[in-house]
Amino acid sequence: MTGDLARLLDGPAHGLAAAVSAREVRARDVAGAALLRAGRSRERHGAFLHVAGEDAIEAAAEVDRRVAAGEALPLAGVPIAVKDNVHVAGMPTTAGSRILGAFVPPEDATCVARLKAAGCVVVGKTSCDELGMGSTNETSAFGPVRNPWEPTRVPGGSSGGSAAAVAARAVPLAVGTDTGGSVRLPAAFCGLVGVRPTFGRVSRLGLVAFASSFDQAGPLARHARDAALALEAMSGADPRDATSLPGASPDLLSRLDDGVAGLRVGLLDDEEGVHPDAAAALSATARLLASRGASLVPLRLPRLALGVAAYYLIAAAEASSNLARFDGVRFGARAAGDGPAELVRATRAAGFGDEVKRRVLLGTFALSAGHREAWYERAQRVRTRIALDLGEAFRACDLLLSPTAPGPAFPIGEKSGDPLSLYLTDVFTVPASLAGLPAVAVPAGLSRERLPVGVQLAGPAGSEALLLAVARELEAARGPWTAPPDVIR
Amino acid sequence: MLPVDLEAVIGLEVHVQLKTRTKAFCACPVVFGAAPNGAVCPVCLGYPGALPVPNREMAALGARLALATGCDVHARSAFARKSYFYPDLPKGYQITQFDRPLATGGRIDVRGTDGTARAVRLRRVHLEEDAGKSIHDAQGEDVPPGVTLVDLNRAGTPLAEIVTEPDLRTPSEAADFLSRVRRLVRWIGVSDGSMEEGSLRCDANVSLRPAGAEEPGTRVEVKNLNSIAHVRKALEHEVSRQAEALRAGRAVAADSRLFDPASGSTRPMRGKEESEDYRYFPDPDLGPLVLDGAWLEELAASLPEPPEAREARLVAQLGLSPADAATLCATRPLADAFEEAVALHPSNARGVASWFLGGLLARMGDSARQEGRLPVAPAAIARLVARIDDGTVSRRIAAELVDLLCAGAGDVDGLIRERGLFQVTDEGPIRAAVDAVLAANPALAAACRGGKSASFAWFVGQVMKATGGKASPAVVNRLLRERLDA
Repeated sequence: MTGDLARLLDGPAHGLAAAVSAREVRARDVAGAALLRAGRSRERHGAFLHVAGEDAIEAAAEVDRRVAAGEALPLAGVPIAVKDNVHVAGMPTTAGSRILGAFVPPEDATCVARLKAAGCVVVGKTSCDELGMGSTNETSAFGPVRNPWEPTRVPGGSSGGSAAAVAARAVPLAVGTDTGGSVRLPAAFCGLVGVRPTFGRVSRLGLVAFASSFDQAGPLARHARDAALALEAMSGADPRDATSLPGASPDLLSRLDDGVAGLRVGLLDDEEGVHPDAAAALSATARLLASRGASLVPLRLPRLALGVAAYYLIAAAEASSNLARFDGVRFGARAAGDGPAELVRATRAAGFGDEVKRRVLLGTFALSAGHREAWYERAQRVRTRIALDLGEAFRACDLLLSPTAPGPAFPIGEKSGDPLSLYLTDVFTVPASLAGLPAVAVPAGLSRERLPVGVQLAGPAGSEALLLAVARELEAARGPWTAPPDVIR
Repeated sequence: MLPVDLEAVIGLEVHVQLKTRTKAFCACPVVFGAAPNGAVCPVCLGYPGALPVPNREMAALGARLALATGCDVHARSAFARKSYFYPDLPKGYQITQFDRPLATGGRIDVRGTDGTARAVRLRRVHLEEDAGKSIHDAQGEDVPPGVTLVDLNRAGTPLAEIVTEPDLRTPSEAADFLSRVRRLVRWIGVSDGSMEEGSLRCDANVSLRPAGAEEPGTRVEVKNLNSIAHVRKALEHEVSRQAEALRAGRAVAADSRLFDPASGSTRPMRGKEESEDYRYFPDPDLGPLVLDGAWLEELAASLPEPPEAREARLVAQLGLSPADAATLCATRPLADAFEEAVALHPSNARGVASWFLGGLLARMGDSARQEGRLPVAPAAIARLVARIDDGTVSRRIAAELVDLLCAGAGDVDGLIRERGLFQVTDEGPIRAAVDAVLAANPALAAACRGGKSASFAWFVGQVMKATGGKASPAVVNRLLRERLDA
């Protein structure tokens, strides 16, 4: 690999796109280099489940032709990785599960098609918790993913492979999906910017559904500007997703350097269970924002603590229904069974892992006759209440600042036997998910063990541009970000 | 027959396949009889990543049906998921409407046992998607024995489900209800209403209780009723089966039963012993179905005159018998054709009706009646009746003309002119023919004079024959009578 290519892949996506657009480097050469890195990332961190081949080179050559023809592509030649629960035509989708067998989707997810249209080249599919269900990437049927900051630690989940690939410099950008925090948590654990958009901002067409009223695809990036570019490309109304928001992509770039002067930043007083290093990073961030002209607004939102319970009930209920299609009849894995009922039972017994089964059971229970009112419907009322509380809060402030996760990445295996404590890892991320609001995870420093610690910026519906501007200001204030020790070269 | 002390309580669930071009939540065409799994896509196959998008035409047709039955159509309704595993249910759930249906209330009148109209209240009309088809014990070279094949062409086809209150009291009322639904859905153009092709399907629930009691008895559900005759037979069987059990002091089991057309009886469905928990919840892939008030008003205004009202009008305005009016209103195209003809010859609507009922319907098969494909244009029938009424042709010649018209032989006046089919009213030639016939049959003529009126008709026939059928029967009668009475 030439030094130029290595430097471009180590740098921001917008720099790489500028170089390709200026025809200083060919997209096909960039893709070739990124494919090599993706292969190494798969070997070293288990970040990739599928690495593209000649097809990615051809796609990149097509980008070169479009550039040569004078097309302006905001992400010209940027190699990206896509979480494996998001369809890329011609590449297998496993969603980290055995249940999909050798399923190859017939077309791109809308967000992938839009990234390709903006000039991106998909170099592979990244590992994730099985069907998006997990916070550590340990529930993947194909093995854990290692955190490039410390390979014995989890990268976070469920978009763990996407986060590890971007952190290790295999690609400058990756697509993740966020249901209860699955983009933001791995972003925090891997020291990245990760965006959960307003619900409906990015089409869900082509996402293997986990919990439909929560699922949103969003970018993972090393730079706020890259995240903004990617999100802008992915966004916009999709007539094929009935829950997609009307209107074109929001403008996320023109206000990116607006700073934070005059912004009211809400701070929650509840730091119970937060790791001292995460708490320190949070207050340092608050001080930084205040020093740049933001005002701090202390807030109490005690009902947010109910969010985790409500989220796990509703998401599991939706999952129990969304996953019913995996029955071995039309696609995916099929186990032998005598008669239809037995075929379905055997297929699902063999195809799903323990965490998925746990949630399907939980969700089935929450919806079943005699329990629906006490569990599913009560959780929905909590959801509504939390959305109202947040709506109220956003009258007093422009955004809420909180930790993204209670602490930094923990060792692989440490919590895998304790689902409840894992679910509580999502305590800061689920409120925005429940309310359908945008939230951005931003790096906020390193712990004493030199592991990334993040903060989360959550805002009212449609506030992505503002949140990304705050992320950009934090990034600018802190100066160049250190690379993890275990980068791919 | 039911003992006088017991009363049947019957409710129906009628599934109406809506006549949309594409499926309920995807762009696949709705087709009948295509190659198996030839009209499917990732959405109706339930592929991961596929999403449903509601078909506006489905909502429009469903709302049209609901409005035509007097329902309250809700500005906001919601789709829900009904979960169960079955190989022909691709997603493991059916998208339907549960606690927020498209429409509620409404009624359809049936003819009660005493002949008067009786209102059957509709609990709701809601939208849903159909499942695919399982083909058990399929035969074929490449099909191993015992294998079940699945055809998903039907999966995702839009349905409107009409749920009645348990207001029906007899199997014949139930059958009448269903025929009225069938006529209505065709009348307002929302469905083919074909039970043979499955575009109209029906489940019934029936219980018995002491006559006059308020509390219903144990409810039994009967499925697989593929024709109106089956509905009647299955319910008759079920009513007598339950009555027998009750008379013998046995309890009726609350089960789901399948009608077997071959034996005319019902039997319990396997695997339906315990009631299924469908775990309904709002479909998070779909927002509320929002219908604009002004749009609904337009839709209501675009509805044609309802069939019952049209029957009543034909009786009141045109003096038709209720039975004839009902026959002419069997389908809207037929009623339209009839009224088109009447409009062209308004002085004799009953005459037009009798030619429709006698001359035309006999020549029309069921599909021709459904589509209103008359063998002769309404204008030709109007002209024909006008020519009878003005004496140009006799009824007999008119019948011949209908034959010619059906064979496509031209127009009424042209045929009369070209073939000389004018009725002869000129008395000269007719009197000559009468005299000739009487002269040739003196004995019969004498008998007839003596009071044997039977031979009078024979003489009329002979005179008609002698005049080539063109003589006016009225004139022939009068002149014969003159001669014989002289």
